[in-house]
Amino acid sequence: MNFHLKVWRQNGTSGTGKLVDYEARNIPSEASFLEMLDIVNEDLVSKGEEPIAFDHDCREGICGMCSLTINGVPHGKDRGVGTTCQLYMRKFKDGETITIEPFRAGAFPLQKDLAVNRGALDRIIQAGGFISERSGSAPDANALPIPKPIADTAMDAAACIGCGACVAACPNSSAMLFVSAKAAHLNLLPQGKPEKDRRVLGMVRQMDAEGFGNCSNYYECEAVCPAHIPASFIAMLNRDYTAASIRETTSATA
Amino acid sequence: MTLDSKIPAGPLDRKWTTFKNNAKLIAPNNKRKFDIIIVGSGLAGASAAATLGEQGFNIKCFCYQDSPRRAHSIAAQGGINAAKNYQNDGDSVYRLFYDTIKGGDFRSREANVYRLAEVSAAIIDQCVAQGVPFAREYGGLLANRSFGGAQVSRTFYARGQTGQQLLLGAYQALQAQIARGSVKMFPRTEMLDLVIVDGHAKGIVVRDMVTGEISTHAGDAVLLCTGGYGNAFYLSTNAKGCNVTATYRAYKRGALFANPCYTQIHPTCIPVSGNYQSKLTLMSESLRNDGRVWVPKRREDCGKPPHEIPEEDRDYYLERKYPSYGNLAPRDISSRSAKEACDDGRGVGPGGRGVYLDFADAIKRLGLSTIQERYGNLFEMYENITGENAYERPMRIYPAVHYTMGGLWVDYHLSSNIPGLHVLGEANFSDHGANRLGASALMQGLADGYFVIPYTIGEYLSTQFGKKVDPHHPAFEATKKDVLERTRKLLSVQGTRSVDSFHRELGLLLWDKCGMARDKAGLTEALEKIPQLREEFWKNVRVPGSGDSFNQSLEMAGRVADFLEFGELMCLDALTREESCGGHFRTEYQTPDGEALRNDELFAHVAAWKYEGEGKPPTLIKEPLVYETVKLATRSYK
Repeated sequence: MNFHLKVWRQNGTSGTGKLVDYEARNIPSEASFLEMLDIVNEDLVSKGEEPIAFDHDCREGICGMCSLTINGVPHGKDRGVGTTCQLYMRKFKDGETITIEPFRAGAFPLQKDLAVNRGALDRIIQAGGFISERSGSAPDANALPIPKPIADTAMDAAACIGCGACVAACPNSSAMLFVSAKAAHLNLLPQGKPEKDRRVLGMVRQMDAEGFGNCSNYYECEAVCPAHIPASFIAMLNRDYTAASIRETTSATA
Repeated sequence: MTLDSKIPAGPLDRKWTTFKNNAKLIAPNNKRKFDIIIVGSGLAGASAAATLGEQGFNIKCFCYQDSPRRAHSIAAQGGINAAKNYQNDGDSVYRLFYDTIKGGDFRSREANVYRLAEVSAAIIDQCVAQGVPFAREYGGLLANRSFGGAQVSRTFYARGQTGQQLLLGAYQALQAQIARGSVKMFPRTEMLDLVIVDGHAKGIVVRDMVTGEISTHAGDAVLLCTGGYGNAFYLSTNAKGCNVTATYRAYKRGALFANPCYTQIHPTCIPVSGNYQSKLTLMSESLRNDGRVWVPKRREDCGKPPHEIPEEDRDYYLERKYPSYGNLAPRDISSRSAKEACDDGRGVGPGGRGVYLDFADAIKRLGLSTIQERYGNLFEMYENITGENAYERPMRIYPAVHYTMGGLWVDYHLSSNIPGLHVLGEANFSDHGANRLGASALMQGLADGYFVIPYTIGEYLSTQFGKKVDPHHPAFEATKKDVLERTRKLLSVQGTRSVDSFHRELGLLLWDKCGMARDKAGLTEALEKIPQLREEFWKNVRVPGSGDSFNQSLEMAGRVADFLEFGELMCLDALTREESCGGHFRTEYQTPDGEALRNDELFAHVAAWKYEGEGKPPTLIKEPLVYETVKLATRSYK
């Protein structure tokens, strides 16, 4: 297969970037999108040009490192099927023009070409996305039975891979789907209850401080999420945040 | 040089307790005086950083990914073993220990493995307390599944994402410590060398992968938690960035590399489909709980659609050859059996390199919804990659490089032979012998990080009071200079071949000569070809861009240069070990029915290799494996 690519090239964090045209020739239809870029890069290297920088690692859809916006859609046209690395060229038409850009958001500074810095998501986790627990002092794992539906819903939320596609897809660059998934995972479980209020207040405030926008219910995030995190967790977070804020004013936060 | 494994005296089941009772402690007010460098943020690295940080040490943690949450532990699917005996099916610490020793084909250290089994239960407690959402039963208690190489159900899991959930637990604990200020995190930072000061590991040289800046970091101890070297084979189930550089650089600075020939070939991966391919995708071994592995009995049937091959014309070869374990035979045996079937011309799919993993019976027995619940995401992944629906036609699978049991030599304290240098998780050699059982890698990574190193690091640190290294010691500058020189060299070749083309060529050679089956002639040939390939690399590689910027080609070039040296060590070890054991199958040494033939008299030892300098062969140092409790037996899964 052959494709006409328009790829965002930008040298370093500062400076301006632009879309550059490349031809991808003789791409096997079984190749993944990233393998297509590998082939283009091999070609660039052989011509003495600098290859296109893009983030990737596990290439099996779980690490969350790959982060391409393809034809305007984070992780590509196959909405919700998976990450960029799980997109295969057979899903494209031969001869198609494909525009490749980074995940764009003010809170994700560009590093080079298609690679961005998503450290803001780590800092949101630092603000409360954990359960404080001392290694080696935990009670027996079965001492605390957890109803299966609760455990299953917590797992649905925990499946978030932290790729940031939700942010890139949102017209407001909001990180609410990411934050709500982590908050829901931990808040739903009995182990996470003691720190619930601190968690939601801390994480939401950090999200604001990082410059992510507000949620105004576009649901673009849910549509592109490779881990199928439902937007209903955002509603759960809004409720928990409101409750925690009220308790905070009366000094009764958990 | 003799190796002291520092195994505590006393009966096997008391050794760890004895050690802990006598371990050297560092008082809380002294902990903050120690700086510890941790390289890697996977299960071993993140759990060690979180635990040691929580205890009050000052930690610097480094990872090459853009966030510690992306370390490749995240990709482990199936589960984590623990001797909880929640199923009341006869499990015990001893049984998990014995299964692991036996699974490793009696090539691991008894005391280490026993300790691993002993702390396994605490790992589950720890993870549940952190909020890891393990699968549960309707009564609210934890669910278990069975896994290869065991006759009990002791594997805990979180759908097909167990590694992800365990890593996120450790990652969140790590983030909590970062927020507290006890851990400083350096993402997108790659370790390129180890700094040795007066014989002790006291720092590292790293490259900031965004700015290209090379800098040094000093510490009182260094922990390498940098994973395995499976990417030496180019195609593997490892992440693209996984590499041997940290451990290989340590080896070149004097750390012994143990059993490099022990590599694990995972039986259930999606077969290779073309030469553009960048990686192989694993399908969790847990699929073998319900899937049945088969190939056609007759070669001429291989091209037929699977549903047109009647039951009596199918060879369920694992069930036939290993009736008591059947489709749950250990990984090395399952992989080799698949290779044998394909070598016999009975493989299926493109190139005849595949076998079927069939769920038709399981769907009939348990219903479609149960299978969907158990393996839904794996079936989805399979369909996405191959375009085939595995609910309707059997999956095609083939073995792929997955895990490396070899690694830097460590003693019972997880300390290498260089004082101060500790090695955790897949990066060390210690617990899996010649073959690792499923669901044991997660167990080992977390055991090392949460429960072993927090106790054992005191043995070293307690000798280091008042010996804080001077970060301006000339060793730092000298090592940094070596790294800069190497980077300059890589960029200055300006040849005609890409880094990737060298890596592919090396990978194919290793897969061919040092893969699932090895022999003297092939290994000798590889040992001739690898130095030639290396020579060509340094003459003809083309690394575009500069050293002082974000340069992924340069990153890969450094890693591939190390693989080109390391591959030779792997083949040398494989050639020297004249026996078959676990994942190391030498075709010259097999029983009449094609099983691995060990030679306990000559090879019941750890082969630890010492670097002797450029162009000189490394020296082999043997640590005899002394079995005080277990009797060496022929591994049988029949």
